[in-house]
Amino acid sequence: MPTHAGTPLIEASGLTRVYHRPRTSLTRPGEPVHALRGVSLTIRKGERFGIVGESGSGKSTLLRLLCALDRPTAGSIRFDGREITGLPERRLRFLRHSLQIVFQDPMSSLDPRMRVRDLVAEPLVALGEPVGDRVTELLDAVGLPATAAGRYPHQFSGGQRQRIAIARALAPRPKVLVADEPVSALDVSVRGQILNLLADLVDELGLTLVFVSHDLSVVRHVCETVAVMNDGEIVETGAVDDVWAEPRHAYTRTLLQAVPTLEGFR
Amino acid sequence: MRGRLNASLVTGGVLVGIVVLAALVSFVWTPHDPTLVDAAGKLREPGDGYLLGADKFGRDTFSQLMVGARTTLYVGIVAVGIAAAIGVPLGVIAGMTPLGWLSELIMRVNDLVFAFPALLLAVMLGAVYGAGTLTAMIAIGVATVPAFARVARAATLQVMVTDYILAARAAGRRRAAVAFRHVLPNISSVLIVQASVSFAIAILAEAALSFLGFGTRPPTPSWGRMLQESQELLFSTPRLALWPGLAIALAVLGFNLLGDGLRDYLDPKLRRIRAER
Repeated sequence: MPTHAGTPLIEASGLTRVYHRPRTSLTRPGEPVHALRGVSLTIRKGERFGIVGESGSGKSTLLRLLCALDRPTAGSIRFDGREITGLPERRLRFLRHSLQIVFQDPMSSLDPRMRVRDLVAEPLVALGEPVGDRVTELLDAVGLPATAAGRYPHQFSGGQRQRIAIARALAPRPKVLVADEPVSALDVSVRGQILNLLADLVDELGLTLVFVSHDLSVVRHVCETVAVMNDGEIVETGAVDDVWAEPRHAYTRTLLQAVPTLEGFR
Repeated sequence: MRGRLNASLVTGGVLVGIVVLAALVSFVWTPHDPTLVDAAGKLREPGDGYLLGADKFGRDTFSQLMVGARTTLYVGIVAVGIAAAIGVPLGVIAGMTPLGWLSELIMRVNDLVFAFPALLLAVMLGAVYGAGTLTAMIAIGVATVPAFARVARAATLQVMVTDYILAARAAGRRRAAVAFRHVLPNISSVLIVQASVSFAIAILAEAALSFLGFGTRPPTPSWGRMLQESQELLFSTPRLALWPGLAIALAVLGFNLLGDGLRDYLDPKLRRIRAER
C-alpha cells in the first residue's frame, strides 16, 4: 500500500457551507444551517481516504463540494494545484475527466429511462471522447456480461446496479474515484463483493479513492487514512488503524462503540 | 416498464379510437356528401340509407358527424401541439434554472395567461383576425400553454433533485444535454397525460366556439355548429341536437378517461406498488 508520501492531489482549506432554511416569517430570513464549518483536508495521490461521520455530519456536503457539484460559502479547493471553487461548468472539464463519483443508491443514481450501454458511455459522450468497445470492456471489468448493455437498470439487482455505476464512473479513466456510501444501500450479502471490487479496481488502475461512509468498519476495510466528521467539522484525522485502535476524540469513540460486534469480537 | 391495463385506459382508448377511426374513414368514404344540400330530403327521418336522418338542409347527419370528428381532432391536435411546444420548454426552463427570478417571471406571466379565459381570448382573436378554425386553434392553444408549463415545471423540479441528475452533471453533461436526455424522457409520461386531458378541454372549447360562431366556418362540418343549427328545432326534432351532443360528450369522456388511465398505467410509483404485491 502506498503511504503518505504522494504529492497532494486535493487540497481543501477552510470550507464552509451554509444553507438557508426556507423562510417561515415575512420579516425574518430563513434560519441558516451550518453544514460545514471550516473544513480543511489534504488528499494525496494514490491515497485511499475515508471520511466517516453520522448522517447530518456534513460528509455529503463536503463530498459535493470536492466534486464541484455545489459551491462553498467560503474556503477553497485545489485539485492537482488548480483552484476549482467558483469555476463555471465549462471550465471544469479537466475535473470531470479526472474525478468520477459512485453514488450511494444505484436505484436512484441510474436514469431509469436509459439503457446500460448509454449509462456507462455517458461520461465519455459528455466529455466528447470516443466510445468504441469501452462499454463491453468496462462491463467486463466490473464482472457483468456484455449482454447487460442492452438492458435497463431496473432489470438488475442492487449489487449489479452498483457495478454498472462503478463501470460508468471508470469510463473516462479518472485519476480519482469518489464513492459516497457505495454499499450502504445494498444487501449485507453483496456489500463485501462490491467493496472488494472497488478495492481491486483502485489497486489495479492506481486510483486515488475518496470513500465516504457512516461505518468505520467499512472504511477500515478499504482505506488507509480516515477523517472523522462531526457537526460540520473534522474532529480527527489519521491512519485508519491508529484511529481504530486508539481514538483520540470522544466522538470517534462513540462512533466506534456503534459498530456492531459479534460477542465482543472486534 | 409497463403497467397493467386498467378499465379507464381501455374505455378511453376505445372511445378515442372510434373518433379517430371515424375521422380517418371520412377521408375516403362517407355515406353521403356531408355538405350536399337536398331540399327534398329536408329533416329526413332516420333509415333508408340515412342512418341518423338529415338536418333542415337535407344534409346527412351521420356523414356530418364523421367529418366533424376530423375537425375536432384537427383542432385538438394543433391546439395541444401549440400548447405543448410553448409550455413544455417554458416549464422545463423554469424548473431547471438556478436563477430564481427567471423561474418566478415565467410562472407569474403564466398565471396571467392562466387567469384569462380561453373562450374570451378566442372571441377577441376572432374579432381582430376573423373567426375561423385557425384562430380558434391558436386561441385554445395559447390558453392551454400555462397548464403544460405548470405540469412540466412541477415534474422537472421532482426530477432535478434525483441522484441521476447529479450523476449526469458529475459525468460532465451540460445543462441542455441534461434537459434533453434526462429531464424530458423522465417527465414524458406526465406530459402525455396532460396532453390527453388538454385534448378533452380543447374539444369542448372548439365545440363552444363553433356554437357561438367563432370557430369552424360553414360549410365545414363541426359538432359545435351542428348543435347550434339544431337549436331552433330542439323541440320538434331533438335528434339533431342529440347526436352531435353525444359525440362531443363521448369524445371528451374518452380523452379524459384515456388521461386517467395513462396516469395509472405510466405512474412509476403505482407500478412499484404493483410489483411489490
